[in-house]
Amino acid sequence: MTDTLHEPFHTDPSTDLSTHVPLTKPQLPSIATTLAAAVSWGLAGLPALLLSWPIAGWVVVGWILFVLALPTWSGLIEGGRKAVDRLVTILVWSTFALAMLPLVAVIYTVVERGAGALSVEFFTASQQGVLGEGGGIYHAIMGTLIITVIASVISIPIGIMAAVYLVEYGKNNRLSRTLTFLVDVMTGIPSIVAGLFALALFTLLLGPLPRIAIGGSIALSVLMIPIVVRSTEEMLKLVPDELREGALALGVPKWRTITKVVLPTALGGIVTGATLAVARVAGETAPLLLIAGTLRGTNFNPFDGAMQTLPVLIFGEATRGGLAEYVPFQIERAWGAALVLIMIVMLLNLLARVVGSFFSPKTGR
Amino acid sequence: MAKSIDVSDLNIYYGDFLAVSGVNMTVKARQVTAFIGPSGCGKSTVLRTLNRMHEVIPGARVEGKVVVDGQSLYDPSVDPVAVRRQIGMVFQRPNPFPTMSIYDNVLAGNKLNARKMKKSEADDIVERSLKGANLWNEVKDRLSKPGMGLSGGQQQRLCIARAIAVRPQVLLMDEPCSALDPISTSAIEDLIHELKSEYTIVIVTHNMQQAARVSDDTGFFNLKATGEPGQLVEFNPTKKMFTNPDNEATEAYISGRFG
Ligand SMILES: Nc1ncnc2c1ncn2[C@@H]1O[C@H](COP(=O)(O)OP(=O)(O)OP(=O)(O)O)[C@@H](O)[C@H]1O
Ligand SMILES: [Mg+2]
Repeated sequence: MTDTLHEPFHTDPSTDLSTHVPLTKPQLPSIATTLAAAVSWGLAGLPALLLSWPIAGWVVVGWILFVLALPTWSGLIEGGRKAVDRLVTILVWSTFALAMLPLVAVIYTVVERGAGALSVEFFTASQQGVLGEGGGIYHAIMGTLIITVIASVISIPIGIMAAVYLVEYGKNNRLSRTLTFLVDVMTGIPSIVAGLFALALFTLLLGPLPRIAIGGSIALSVLMIPIVVRSTEEMLKLVPDELREGALALGVPKWRTITKVVLPTALGGIVTGATLAVARVAGETAPLLLIAGTLRGTNFNPFDGAMQTLPVLIFGEATRGGLAEYVPFQIERAWGAALVLIMIVMLLNLLARVVGSFFSPKTGR
Repeated sequence: MAKSIDVSDLNIYYGDFLAVSGVNMTVKARQVTAFIGPSGCGKSTVLRTLNRMHEVIPGARVEGKVVVDGQSLYDPSVDPVAVRRQIGMVFQRPNPFPTMSIYDNVLAGNKLNARKMKKSEADDIVERSLKGANLWNEVKDRLSKPGMGLSGGQQQRLCIARAIAVRPQVLLMDEPCSALDPISTSAIEDLIHELKSEYTIVIVTHNMQQAARVSDDTGFFNLKATGEPGQLVEFNPTKKMFTNPDNEATEAYISGRFG
């Protein structure tokens, strides 16, 4: 007993760790993943062909084989840690693919069914006097642009200023805590309620059943403001206090510190957040249906009368019914408008990324 | 022009936490005063009260008096912005503005206050300040590049250049050389010697030799005991402090026989 305790740590040179730490380990070849995948789905293909399973069945069985095969193989050759690594890698990639599935499916369907509707006339004509074939969605594109732009002009400044108050001035006092709570509540407001709010507001101002596009903008603002406040708030919180202190210590007043140091530093994120908020409300249907109404012609005046928008047009065309011979054209028009709406939203997202990376602070060497 | 600072019975709080208590000292005009002491004893905290940067931290407050050339800093009628314009500061951690180029970072004190000036004047200020901070040669060819692209020590010197560009009357430096190599350190010490003829300088340092080299007066801070607030143990001319200190703890700390 005592002997082993007092024995020097390394006696036998062959177990001397300081000289014999192996840095290399057996590894699977780099094509192992591809190989295992090919074998798994190949094996699953046999019963799938013989029993004529649907494709989904083949994919799932192949996946199960793959999940079992690659980590087991790796475990036998590379050891436990690598095997777990490979298993988790497969799971992460699989969930990613699963998450992408609905997105890809939606885009595929919309493009497949909507692409046929696109034409020059589709983008330049309204539906004034058109019942069956022909006409376009120019009026709805313009309506969506006008209503969304006005909504952004209302809500982005309000949202950013509210966030500046919460982060820079509120400092967790009672008012700012109340505001944060209200913003959280607002985030959860169903869009139809925002529409009802605008409807009630303009019923008070204009009498029963008002149809006015600015009402749609206001309803969308109600939905946008909390998103802008939230995203801006998070961005402002990311700006390190050291920067604020650096500016203050130079004798810069607080408002200049905020406008010239804090906001520019966070600008990339703020712009991204605002653009995503725009993209989010551009597809709202319910509130616009309630207050902006529907129109077959083009209306550029947001303060007078109904205005058609893309989501409302899609809803209308897809549900109108009417003469049987018109229905196919209406359905095609709805898909076409859906494609245009998705393109607009994607364009906005893309724009958000470009603008975001353009404004974000650079380290550049 | 240069200012002296009288501190009397200063207690400094973070919320309910008394960080430093009972500080009394006089920082003389056109002299270099060094603060030394173990980590966490409140050197940075005291320094930040001298230009009213302490109150920027939520809940932070100060009791007692800080008088700069006869004006009480914590008088309700005093504008902290005006104070900070005269009493500049270099922080313990470099904090260049990430949205600005090197050039704009140096001019930040002027630009952020929307002070108009000619291009030639601005160029002069940038060159003079960067030379003062011993950074000019390294960055003169890439003044328009972002300040964040510099190394840690270069960023620290950029912040020193930024602080001296506005020609404050008092300059507070919190461990300005902690990230610098010996060459830059000696350049900063030269700068301190040079600035001393016009400005009042307070420097926090963990480097005893540096305190001995650059300062005229030295203040030794220490914790009363663990969990107790920090205090100013001894404040004396540097010569006396390093040869014949009044306090045993000071001698122990300076000679390295300490904790
Ligand atoms: N923002 C803050 N909030 C609360 N307590 C703080 C804050 N900053 C510092 N303190 C506390 O105040 C005390 C003094 O801190 P200070 O930063 O002044 O030390 P220091 O002497 O500068 O130390 P170092 O040499 O490590 O820089 C410490 O106990 C610290 O925990
Ligand atoms: Mg410190």
